[in-house]
Amino acid sequence: MSKLVYLVPLSPFIGFLLNGLLRKNLSKSLTGIIACGTVLVSFIVSLLIFFDVRKDGFETEIVSLFNFIHIGALKISFAFQVDQLSVLFLLIITGVGFLIHVYSTAYMHDEENDHFARYFAYLNLFVFSMLILVLGANYVIMFIGWEGVGLCSYLLIGYWFKNVEYGNAAKKAFIMNRIGDLGFLIAVFWMISKFGAVTFSEVFSKAPTAPVAVLTGITLLLFIGATGKSAQIPLYTWLPDAMAGPTPVSALIHAATMVTAGIYMIARSNIMYTLAPTTQTVIAIVGTATALLAASIAVKQNDIKKVLAYSTVSQLGYMFLALGVGAYTGAVFHVMTHAFFKALLFLGAGSVIHAAHEQDIRKMGGLKKFMPVTHITFLLACLAIAGIPPFSGFFSKDEILSAAYEKNKIYYLVGAFTALLTAFYMFRLYATTFLGKFRGTSEQEHHLHESPSAITIPLIILAILAVIGGFAGIPEVFAKGSHWLHQFLSPVFAGSEKIKEVHVVAANQELMLMAVSVGVAIVGVVYAWSKFSKNPELEDAKGFGKLLADRWYVDELYNAIIVKPLNAFGKFLNEVVEKSIIDWMVNGVGKAVQYGSRQIRLLQSGQVGGYVLLMVIGMVILFIVEIFIKK
Amino acid sequence: MIPVLFILVPLLSGLVGFFIKNGNAAKKWSLFVSVVTLVISLYSLTLGKNAPALNYSASWLPSLGSKFSVELDGLSVILTLLTAVSFPAIFIATYNKEYKNQGNFYALMLLSQAGLMGVFVATDALLFYFFWELALIPVYFLCSIWGGDRRIQAAFKFFIYTFVGSLLMLIGIIYLYLHTTDHSFSLQSFYKLKSYIPAADQTWLFWLFFVAFGIKMPIFPFHTWQPDTYEQSPTAVTMVLSGVMVKMGLFGLIRWLAPVLAGGTWLWGDTASALCIIGMIYASLIAIQQDDLKRLVAYSSIAHIGLMCLAVFATTQTGLQGVMIQMFNHGINIIALWIVVELIERQLGTRKISELGGLAQKAPVLSILLVVVALANVALPLTNAFVGEFLMFSGIYTSTATTYNVVFTVTAGISIILSAVYMLNMIQKVFFGNTNSLTENVRDIQWNEKLILVALVLLIVLIGIYPQPALELTKTTVDTIITKMNAKF
Repeated sequence: MSKLVYLVPLSPFIGFLLNGLLRKNLSKSLTGIIACGTVLVSFIVSLLIFFDVRKDGFETEIVSLFNFIHIGALKISFAFQVDQLSVLFLLIITGVGFLIHVYSTAYMHDEENDHFARYFAYLNLFVFSMLILVLGANYVIMFIGWEGVGLCSYLLIGYWFKNVEYGNAAKKAFIMNRIGDLGFLIAVFWMISKFGAVTFSEVFSKAPTAPVAVLTGITLLLFIGATGKSAQIPLYTWLPDAMAGPTPVSALIHAATMVTAGIYMIARSNIMYTLAPTTQTVIAIVGTATALLAASIAVKQNDIKKVLAYSTVSQLGYMFLALGVGAYTGAVFHVMTHAFFKALLFLGAGSVIHAAHEQDIRKMGGLKKFMPVTHITFLLACLAIAGIPPFSGFFSKDEILSAAYEKNKIYYLVGAFTALLTAFYMFRLYATTFLGKFRGTSEQEHHLHESPSAITIPLIILAILAVIGGFAGIPEVFAKGSHWLHQFLSPVFAGSEKIKEVHVVAANQELMLMAVSVGVAIVGVVYAWSKFSKNPELEDAKGFGKLLADRWYVDELYNAIIVKPLNAFGKFLNEVVEKSIIDWMVNGVGKAVQYGSRQIRLLQSGQVGGYVLLMVIGMVILFIVEIFIKK
Repeated sequence: MIPVLFILVPLLSGLVGFFIKNGNAAKKWSLFVSVVTLVISLYSLTLGKNAPALNYSASWLPSLGSKFSVELDGLSVILTLLTAVSFPAIFIATYNKEYKNQGNFYALMLLSQAGLMGVFVATDALLFYFFWELALIPVYFLCSIWGGDRRIQAAFKFFIYTFVGSLLMLIGIIYLYLHTTDHSFSLQSFYKLKSYIPAADQTWLFWLFFVAFGIKMPIFPFHTWQPDTYEQSPTAVTMVLSGVMVKMGLFGLIRWLAPVLAGGTWLWGDTASALCIIGMIYASLIAIQQDDLKRLVAYSSIAHIGLMCLAVFATTQTGLQGVMIQMFNHGINIIALWIVVELIERQLGTRKISELGGLAQKAPVLSILLVVVALANVALPLTNAFVGEFLMFSGIYTSTATTYNVVFTVTAGISIILSAVYMLNMIQKVFFGNTNSLTENVRDIQWNEKLILVALVLLIVLIGIYPQPALELTKTTVDTIITKMNAKF
C-alpha cells in the first residue's frame, strides 16, 4: 500500500483542477462532492497506509517518482517518504481536512457558484501542498510544499478579495513567511555544500560527523523558517491578521495543519537538533516566550477569532518548548490533540459567527440556549485546551510540562503560568459567548439558530476526538507501555534517544507535577467562569490591560523600525539617487556628446579654404609625429 | 546548417517585409516566418549533440582572419530556442495592435531577430560584433519611430549607452585579436589567449567587456536607459528588449568574457558581484515605489538579471546551470507580464497602478493567469523560476571562487523577500479591491491573448515541475565553460 502513497496528494490535486477549471459550470453540490470526495479518498488511502506502517517489521519506504534536479553530484528526486511520522501527519491532515471540507459546504453556501468552486479549489490545493510538505523525502520537496501552503494561505486569507484590509493581511502573511523561507533556503544550501545532499536519510546519516557549529547554523536557519510558518517570535504577527480568511480556513490552515509545519520539520530533523544543544536552547526560549506573550494578549482580545488566533500562537509555543527540551514525541502529540480541539474551537466559532453575524464577544452572550450542539462541543474543546483531565489537551500538555521541568525549572514555571492564562482566557471566551444574557440586537436574536448538520456533525466528531485523543499517550506512570504514540513514533526518534541522556522522573514527582497542572487549570477555569458568566467585561481595557489589548504594540514597532524606514529609503533611492544622481550623470554624458558634435559641426562650414587649412595642419602634425616622436 | 537558417530566415524575410505595403499582409507574413523559425528550432532539439547540422563555417573575410562560423552548443540552443519562442508569442499577443507603416515595423522586428540569432550562434568575434549591431540598430529605430511621447529622449539615451558599450567591446575585441597567435577572431583562438595576456591587462580588458555587457543586461549603475526605454517603446519592442535582448549581455559574459579572460574574471569577480547585489537590492527597493506598471516590471527585471550575472561569477556547475535555465525562464515570464500590461493599457489607457483596481471581478481569467506569472516572478516552487533561482543561489553559496559566498547569498537573498513585496502589492492594487469608474467596463482577455498566456503559463509550470530535460540540454556546455573559467591564467 505504501507504494501507492502518491495517490494521497494526487487526489486533492485532481479536485483542485476540476473545481478550478470547471468553476463556472459546476453546481454547488457537485463542487462540494468533488472537493470532499477527493480528500476522503486521500484519508482512506492514508488509513490503509497507516495499517501497513503499524505492522511489525515495517521499514521506512521511499517512493521515488522522477528526477527533479540532477546535476553532477547533486541529486534531488521527486520522492516521498512513508514512515510513522509522515503517516501520522497524513491522517491528521486528511482526516481533519475532510471534516473541514464538509463543514465548509454549509459555511460557504451563500457564495456565488464560481466563487464557491474557487474556495474549494484553493482548499484542495492547500491539502495537496500540505501533503507534499509532510511526504517529501528531502528538504527541497518539503520546501515545495512549504511555500505551496504559504501560497494557499495567501489565497485563502485574501479570498474575499474586494476587501482591501483582507488583502493586506494576506500579503503580510506571505511576506513574513518569505522572510522565514529565506532562512530555510540558506539552510538547504548549507546542507548541499556540507553534505552534498538534501535527502533526509543522507543528511541524517552524515550529521553526526559534522562539526557542532555547522549543525547549530543549519538548525538555527531551519528554525527561522519555522518561526515564519509556525508563527513564533519574531515572525508571529501575521497569524492574528490571517483571521481575515473564512473561518474554516482558520481552522484548517491556521490552527490544525499548516502552522504545525515547523514542528513537523524540526521533529523530522530531530537528529540534527539533538546534536545542536545551543539551537535547542534557543528554540525552548523562543517557544516559552511566545507561549507566554501570546497568552497574555489573548486575555484581553474581544474578537472571538482573535482570541483563538493568539491561543494558537501560544499553543504552538508549547510545541516548540517541547522540541527545545528534546520531547519530540510530546510536541507531535500536542500537534495532534491541538489539531482536534483547536479545529473544533474555530469551527465552533464559525458556527457562532454564521448564526450571529458577529465576531465581537461583547455583543454575544447566552448563546447556550440557541445553539446547544455548538455550545456543548465548544465547552468540551475549552476543557481540552485548558488541560482538564481526562480530555486530550491534559495529556499532551502534561507531557510537555514534565519534560520542561526536567530540563529547566524556569521553562516549567512559565509554561505552568501560561497554562493558567490559557484556562482563564478560554473560559472568559466561553462564558462571555455562551453564558449570561444575549447582548446583541433583537434583530440578531431573532436570527439565532443552531447550524445545519453539515456543520454540527464535524463538530461532534471533532469533539469526540478532542475528548478521547489524549488516550493515545497515557503517561507511563499509570501503566507500563500505555503510551501508544511514544512506541509508535520511536523509530523516528530512535537516533536522538540514543544520543541524549535519559532522565527518568520519579513516579511521585511526575504525579505531583500533574496535580499542579490540573490545579492551575481548575483555578483558571473557575475564576473565569465565575467572573464572566454574570458580569462580562464590556468596557475597553485600561492601563496594563490596554497594553495587552493593543498586543504590546509589536505591529506598531515593526512598522516604525522596518517598514517605514525601508519605504523611506526606497523613496530616497527612487527620487534622489535614480532620478538626480545617476540620470544626471548619464544625461551629462549625452549633453557632452551633443555639445561636442555641435562644435565639430562648426568645422564643416562648407568653405573650401577652411578645409584646406585643417588638412595642412593635420599633415604638419602627422609629419611631426612621424619624424620627431616615433623612433 | 541550422544556425545559418536561424539567421537567414528572419533576415531575408525581414528584407522582403520592407516591400510589403499592405499592413495586414506584413503582419501575417512575419507571424508565418517566426513560426517557421520556431519549427526549425524545435527540430534542432531533436538532433543529438554534435550533429553535423549544428555547425557551419565558411570563409568570410580571410584577410582579417575572420570566418563566418556558427555553432549550436548548449548555450546557443537554449537562447535560440528562447528567441524562436518569443517572436511568435509577441506577434500573436500584439496581433490586434495597428502600427503606421506596418510593413516597416515588422521588417525591423525580423531584422532584429536575425541579429539576435546571429549573436547567439556566432563563434567568431567579428561576426559576433556584426550581429550585435544588427540586433540593436533596428530596435533603435523601432523605439524612436513607434514609441511613446518621450520616445526621442528615451531612444537617444538608449543609443548613447549602447554606443558606448559597443565601442568598448570593439576595442576589447581588437586588442584580443591582435594578440592571438594566428591572427584570428575565432573563439578557439581567443580561448588560447589567457596564457599570453598578463594580469594587469586582463584587468582593464575585463572591465571593457564587463561594462559593455553590463550595459546590455543591465547592471547597476549602467541601468538607467532601461526603465525609460521599456516605458517608451511599443510593447512588442519592449518584449523583445526585455525578454531576449538583455540576454545578449549575459550571453556575452558567459561566452566571450568569463572563459576567455578567466584570470581577469576571477580577479574582479567579487567587485562585479558586489555591483550585481547592490543593483538587485537597489532595483527591488525602487520597484516597490513604482506606480507605472512598465517601470515596475523594468526594475524587477534588473533585480532578476543581477542575480543571473552574480551566479555566473560564482563559477560553479549548479550556478551556471541555473543561469542557463533561468535565461529562458526570465524571457518567457517577462513576456507574459508585458502581455498583461499591454492588455490593461490598451483597454484602459493607463498603466498607473493607483488608477486601477478590482480587475479580478471583471477579468477573472486574466487575473488567474497573471497570478501564476507573478508567482513565477517571485520564484515560487513548481514554477520555472524556482528551479533557476534555487540552482543559482545554491551555486553562489557553494562557490569557491569567492570568500564572500555566504555574504553574497544572504544579501542577494533579501531580493527574494522584496520581490514578493512588489509583486503582491501590484496584484493587490491592480486586481483585487473594488472596481472604480475606470475599471468598471474592463473585459476579459481575447482568444489570441488567452492562447499565448495559457501556453506561457503551461510552459512555466511544466519547466517548474520537470526541469531535468532542460537541464540536460545545457549540461556539456556548462561543464566546458566552468573548466575554462577555472583555468585562470
